[in-house]
Amino acid sequence: MKKIIEGLAYVLGNDVDTDQIIPAEHLVYSLSDPEEKKNYGKFALTGVPGEQAGLPEGNVSFTEGDNFESKYSIIIGGKNFGCGSSREHAPACMEIAGVRAVVAQSYARIFYRNSVDGGFFIPFECETRLVEEIKTGDDLKIDLEANTLSNKTQNKTYDLKSLGEVIDIIEAGNIFEYARKTGMIASS
Amino acid sequence: MGMTITEKILAAHAGKDSVFPGDNIWVDVDVLMTHDVCGPGTFAIFKKQFGENAKVWDRDKVVIIPDHFIFTEDTHANRNIDILRQFVKEQDLPHYYDVGTDNYKGVCHLALAQEGFNRPGEVLFGTDSHTSTSGAFGMFSTGIGNTDAAFILGTGKIWVKVPESMCFEFTGKFPDHVMAKDVILNVIGDIGVDGATYRSMEWRGDAVMSLSMEERMTLCNMAIEAGGKNGIIEADEVTTDYVRQRTDRPYKIYHSDEDAKYFFKKTYNASEMESIVAKPHSPDNKAKASECEDVKLDRAYIGSCTGGKLTDFMAAAKLLKGRKVLIDTFIVPATREVEEDLHKEKIDGETLIDIFKNAGAYLGDPSCAACLGGPKDTFGRAKDNQVVISTTNRNFPGRMGSKQSHVYLASPYTAAASALTGHITNPADFVNN
Repeated sequence: MKKIIEGLAYVLGNDVDTDQIIPAEHLVYSLSDPEEKKNYGKFALTGVPGEQAGLPEGNVSFTEGDNFESKYSIIIGGKNFGCGSSREHAPACMEIAGVRAVVAQSYARIFYRNSVDGGFFIPFECETRLVEEIKTGDDLKIDLEANTLSNKTQNKTYDLKSLGEVIDIIEAGNIFEYARKTGMIASS
Repeated sequence: MGMTITEKILAAHAGKDSVFPGDNIWVDVDVLMTHDVCGPGTFAIFKKQFGENAKVWDRDKVVIIPDHFIFTEDTHANRNIDILRQFVKEQDLPHYYDVGTDNYKGVCHLALAQEGFNRPGEVLFGTDSHTSTSGAFGMFSTGIGNTDAAFILGTGKIWVKVPESMCFEFTGKFPDHVMAKDVILNVIGDIGVDGATYRSMEWRGDAVMSLSMEERMTLCNMAIEAGGKNGIIEADEVTTDYVRQRTDRPYKIYHSDEDAKYFFKKTYNASEMESIVAKPHSPDNKAKASECEDVKLDRAYIGSCTGGKLTDFMAAAKLLKGRKVLIDTFIVPATREVEEDLHKEKIDGETLIDIFKNAGAYLGDPSCAACLGGPKDTFGRAKDNQVVISTTNRNFPGRMGSKQSHVYLASPYTAAASALTGHITNPADFVNN
């Protein structure tokens, strides 16, 4: 597991639901075909209403044109991030677009679980309401050992909540690797 | 210390005498359900992790119900159905309900109940957040992603964090015009879209136990809209009567102990409930229907796992009989069985299907259809800035297919009354006259 995650911030609000993260009409593409799955990166976060997309200004596209990768790799969210459907296409599309971490005030349960068990990215929590502090495009650094998030653009540092009991699955990589490490399933 | 139904079921499936909220446990799974949107991804992960020739842990416990993107020209969506067929063939799975055959069912959550897969005391996981619906049968059920589903396919087990329980008790009698949909929208409005995150929502009280299985399913179906892990209602005779008509398999009824610990408890007077809508763009944006009568509508939609069951159409038909709708009104039965019932069930000698046709409504084939927007050619999909009243479960921005549209969630009574007037209408006068 990487000890440092660096990247540009993309800031969203409260209750970002899975239909905003990946609208249902796009759920038809293969998640395993290397070419076809690029569509998920292209359509990631395209359901977010314009005024909420890339705060505080809004109307900032997450990916440009036909690109499937975003220049933003750290998502900042408010409360109840990822509410709604159980579609794993939601954390998957964000990973395909290049997201390495999400830092939110709180998460909806299934989205959080999918992010961890599928090993798509690390879902951090922060008690500070970062949505009002960090601006889209700010240069961020997450230090996993110190459990902090630094905003290099604004010279500010925030404490992150401990990852708690899911750290073992995150360190293993995903639920399968964790189960192999603990002897629950046979090593491949 | 006593345990809740949810805690007892989870303990039994983890081989333990007791569990406590917050415990991380591995449980044995009785049923795993998947559908056309999440099945292909689940199978790909299963093969990658367990091998191309790996076999599922128990053929009899895997249920595959295509229901989301069915009646569409979308080539990728149709390809996904072929992937389901291929996997079913490879694995020789007995519980598959193929599109285009007599065996096709429709919306998975109601199909699970109708085909006898909902049994008190069991543990059911599904790759769909509304899997919480099955909790109406006094079982533990919840939604998961493709990765967890693939893990279950290979092992028959999954880890669960035991949820704290919240108790919602309704005593007395619901007014005639109030449906389970009004009750759940009211509760979500009270506690918010994250008010039950990581928790179990247990429904109790004589008013709840007076409800039919279909109405109980509506209550548990939308637990996820408050962030709940599961919804659950203790099984009683109403439950066992339904289950016995559908399956001979054994089941076990659990009761919450008198001294079980609840994180939250609230008792409502059922007779004070009213017709509720959730305004755009969140299921917790609660208002009384009577307070929204100035909202003009473009269309009404009656369907989905939440509002497309026979009870829902009986309610709508009661109001639409002998009248004409003023706005485009879409009727989408959840399953084939519901569709067949629309042809059989009558009100004063007229079948429900004739009532809907004569009222000027449009009839769709059983599937999830426009509840979640879906491919561009989906029946009833919202367009542009339309204002829609819908018996479905979510009104997030763009949920029904257009980011500019405004969706109001409501009961079938409220949707039908509003279809007749063209604006949001409290159905009380229609129902009581």
